[in-house]
Amino acid sequence: MEDLVLKTLTKYPMITAFVVVGILMWVASIISKKGTNGRLHASAIAIVFGLILAYIGGKYTGGKKGIADVELFTGFALMGGGMFRDFAIVATAFGVRLEELKRAGLPGVVALVVSIALSTVIGAATAYAFGYTDPADMATIGGGAVTFIVGPVTGAALGVSSEVIALSIAAGVVKSIAVMILTPFVAKIAGLDNPSSAAVYGGLMGSTSGVAAGLAATDPKLVPYGALTATFYTGLGCLAVPSVGYLLLNALFG
Amino acid sequence: MVIYGLALMGGCMLIGVFLGNLLGALVGINANIGGVGIAMLLLVIASRWLMDREMLSKAAEAGIQFWSMMYIPIVVAMTAKQNVLAAFGAGALAFIAGLGAVFIGFILIRPISALGKPASADSEKEAA
Repeated sequence: MEDLVLKTLTKYPMITAFVVVGILMWVASIISKKGTNGRLHASAIAIVFGLILAYIGGKYTGGKKGIADVELFTGFALMGGGMFRDFAIVATAFGVRLEELKRAGLPGVVALVVSIALSTVIGAATAYAFGYTDPADMATIGGGAVTFIVGPVTGAALGVSSEVIALSIAAGVVKSIAVMILTPFVAKIAGLDNPSSAAVYGGLMGSTSGVAAGLAATDPKLVPYGALTATFYTGLGCLAVPSVGYLLLNALFG
Repeated sequence: MVIYGLALMGGCMLIGVFLGNLLGALVGINANIGGVGIAMLLLVIASRWLMDREMLSKAAEAGIQFWSMMYIPIVVAMTAKQNVLAAFGAGALAFIAGLGAVFIGFILIRPISALGKPASADSEKEAA
């Protein structure tokens, strides 16, 4: 009987992954709603679950592919592989209106550019301090400090190790969660109390889930203004960090 | 048809990644330089152009939107297959990098917001 169950689950690895990830997302959304009153976005909680699963998988099997090394969960490698990941990320650009950038105004655009540059620098410098001195590793962790998407996209493009990609995701998740938690507390001091500063804030923080949850907890009326600029953040990061960012780092540290 | 949406998006992705690889080859680095970002930009432009001419059917849009909505679950799966165990020792790195970026962000809200004030001081007051 046990064999039959195992046989079924391992026969269609990706379908099993769909089911498991679906359950994870469901549990995350319940924790988000009931446990944090919506303050922590379900997506961030689910990604933390992902990190925990990967840790358990590594500990249990001694392998390098996290939970995907466990026979039952090999489908995670397919579902979370580079092909689907890049395809899904490209899909998020659908429906974005470049004209909206005009509505964000000069400060919004400045915020986007400055924040992507500074986040990359902070991430790369921290990486360097921890002994990751290869320019590709620095660019990847720099990308992670931009968002948890820009890191893996950069790392995959530059061919870095899974360990460095894991760090970049973790940095991005820390950023996203910090934005969600801290925003309502520091909004007043930081001057985040009107639509134009919300647009700047969206461009500075960039994590769409972080910005949406952070503003919702501060003043729900500001959410659309923050989302306006945050929408462009990951795309711009995917464009700039693996190109300009990496080339500069490579010139300086290569 | 749904597949038209996927074909559009796939085309953008292939061209973007090709251009990224080309860029890499031009600067002498064996890597895909910004290909995913280029693909996103292409999709924004191509889909807008087609939608303005009403040449993108609801089904085609739905095909793209499906993948757009799959993005977080795929990221969760991607996260779960990383070598987190090896990264654990440098875990403090993730906190410093992530929190550092947030800290700088909060500090910059006021100065960057001020950039817009000379031109639109009136609307600013109304909004506040």
